[in-house]
Amino acid sequence: MQKSLHIDPAKCTGCMQCEMACSYENYGVFNNSKSRIKVFEFHNTGRKVPYTCTQCDEAWCLHACPVEAIVIDAATGAKYVLEDVCVGCKVCTIACPFGTVNYVQDTGKVQKCDLCFGEPACAEACPTAAITYIDADWTGLERMRQWADKLDNQPQA
Amino acid sequence: MAWQRKILRVNLTKGTCVSEPLNMQWAQEYLGQRGLGTKYLVAETDPKVDPLSADNKLIFATGPLTGTMASTGGRFSVITKGPLTGAIACSNSGGYWGAELKMAGWDMVIFEGKSAKPVYLFIENDKVELRDAAHLWGKTVWVTEDTIKKAHQDPQIKVSSIGRAGESQVLYAAVVNDLHRAAGRSGVGAVMGSKNLKAIAVRGTKGVAGIANPKEFQKATMEAKKILAGNPVTGQGLPTYGTQVLMNVINESGAMPTRNHRDIQFEDARKISAEAMHEKRPTDGKANLVTNQACFGCTIACGRISKLDEKHFSVADKPQYWGASGGLEYEAAWALGSNTGVGDLEALTYVNFLCNEDGFDPISFGATVSAAMELYEMGVITDKQTGGVALKFGSAEALVKMTEMTAKGEGFGKELAQGSKRLCAKYGHPELSMTVKGQEFPAYDSRGIQGMGLAYATSNRGACHLRGYTVASEILGVPIKTDPLQTEGKAGLVKAFQDATAVFDSSGLCLFTSFAWTLNEVQPQLQAACEGDWSLDKLNLVGERIWNMERQYNNAAGFTHKDDNLPPRLLTEPAKTGPAKGLVNGLDKMLPEYYQMRGWSPEGVPTKETVQRLGL
Repeated sequence: MQKSLHIDPAKCTGCMQCEMACSYENYGVFNNSKSRIKVFEFHNTGRKVPYTCTQCDEAWCLHACPVEAIVIDAATGAKYVLEDVCVGCKVCTIACPFGTVNYVQDTGKVQKCDLCFGEPACAEACPTAAITYIDADWTGLERMRQWADKLDNQPQA
Repeated sequence: MAWQRKILRVNLTKGTCVSEPLNMQWAQEYLGQRGLGTKYLVAETDPKVDPLSADNKLIFATGPLTGTMASTGGRFSVITKGPLTGAIACSNSGGYWGAELKMAGWDMVIFEGKSAKPVYLFIENDKVELRDAAHLWGKTVWVTEDTIKKAHQDPQIKVSSIGRAGESQVLYAAVVNDLHRAAGRSGVGAVMGSKNLKAIAVRGTKGVAGIANPKEFQKATMEAKKILAGNPVTGQGLPTYGTQVLMNVINESGAMPTRNHRDIQFEDARKISAEAMHEKRPTDGKANLVTNQACFGCTIACGRISKLDEKHFSVADKPQYWGASGGLEYEAAWALGSNTGVGDLEALTYVNFLCNEDGFDPISFGATVSAAMELYEMGVITDKQTGGVALKFGSAEALVKMTEMTAKGEGFGKELAQGSKRLCAKYGHPELSMTVKGQEFPAYDSRGIQGMGLAYATSNRGACHLRGYTVASEILGVPIKTDPLQTEGKAGLVKAFQDATAVFDSSGLCLFTSFAWTLNEVQPQLQAACEGDWSLDKLNLVGERIWNMERQYNNAAGFTHKDDNLPPRLLTEPAKTGPAKGLVNGLDKMLPEYYQMRGWSPEGVPTKETVQRLGL
């Protein structure tokens, strides 16, 4: 079964635990500027939104790469970057409609979410379940359950 | 090594920025943030220095856990000699700025001297420069932050700055970061203003590496987070209601200072409480509260984000205040509301916005307004001084007007800017100033919570709830329940809270974790992060050492045991209502025992043995 990251922005508090977990998992350092998931705070409305790669089936980044440095992980479906193949041309960063592939100055390569190959550190670190890692076919299940719960039918004996 | 081992020294007179190694021996003795920053101040300045002179220093210090995954690990402190009190000033803030400074590679920034013209400091990792701030002078915190981000074309920059209150040296001016988090108390913003330093803008992309024992650290911080999540206060009360969860609780306990402490219960507490913030307004069908918000790394998320009623008289013609921003915390709601007798939630929210926007402490400001209201009702202050404003208890219009005048430095606002001690002295009624060492009380009346009287009297930065929050024990039963109306046993309780708090404040963590954590939960996190021995015994010693270092500084600055006192109202006028009815604060029953437990002489001076034992 394939899983995907599911984000419920209404639950986000802006604590940045996900960003730290991401940078720590991938670089061994607490460094928000190296995180592959970013939390946006819209001050004027009070909204907070965590945002990262949704692992498109039609992966524009993958198709755009001239050296085939972005490949698919068979187990998770994640599109990930082969660092030793990437030449840092950044064409993928242009191709991605959502801005979730980005260049890293320190390494001269691009980076994107790779779902931590099945155990996303961001989801594990999120204290409010704003980020979860769930059945890719049923990301709407929780919302359906909430609406279903609003039916005021009474159980019949 | 959770420290970056590097401090930035900025000489504003010479315009120089120099990198220095952090004194690691001091780090082992004073941990970080409050303790370590104060150690630098004590070592480098004369305690008798004029707080607003070029000879005073201003220190921004992070802790070893700042910028890590430890829950609430985003704190920093601003340390200096305070202009409101003349004592040590050490104000703690959250938001994102502290973690950004740490991630730029710095443990601490020390400002010395005074710039000839307005400047701001720009830090981008190792690149550090002082930049002209002529175009920012006279601007609010909100405009300053926005202007700097736009000028550098980088929305990820974090800014800490002063507003017009800091520039004009309002004696309780704050340093505000991330728009609505503040190093709020004791006038640290006035010191920044006196140095012609408008802001510190930081972008840090180096991160925090080199945790001593990473696996243990992840395990320890995860365990500690579970405890926060499972605790009713940190897991439910604070995220849902914020610190405002206390409004009705403290009012019912009969410890809610009202109308300059004339009363200790407020009839309109319900109207300005957390519950009221959740309710839909009859005027527009929306709630005052929009959402809660966390500071960096915080898994509690007690912060309030509020939106005003656009039709409310205070903002009906001011659309710039119709967006969401930092809402009421308990202290602000009390000081601006109960203490002035104003039960108008929207007015208080607007006034709190202004305190953030122009950077001044709502506690000291609200308390100063309430003292002025009492003087006005006595006829000592008249319409002549107030410019025709009827400064009566309960008047939201008067409160709003006074706040706008103080923010802009106009009219009677200039007198309010001096704080209640100077204001009351000027008008011949020093006894009406509800202060200790010149700093106004926070939101707990010590007739209804006896231990807090001792905590206030002995607090090293003047009246303050964040130096020894025995409310936790006396009202909430954390970690053990004690009787708020009794003085017995409070000396030891206050000492224990004061010493433990010094450790929380020196580690990079938020004190609010202590609703769920004791040092037992902090210790494994520090031990895993920091090199060296960080046993419980050592932490207790470090806490006590910090407390005594601050005390020695104040003693050298000219304070004596006579300053460990409360205003006569709390010692002679019994509480009129509530559980504490008939009681005054029994400070005289607690203070001698406290000195003894501290190892101080009857004059409040640490004895030779104490100094030696603590390695001071």
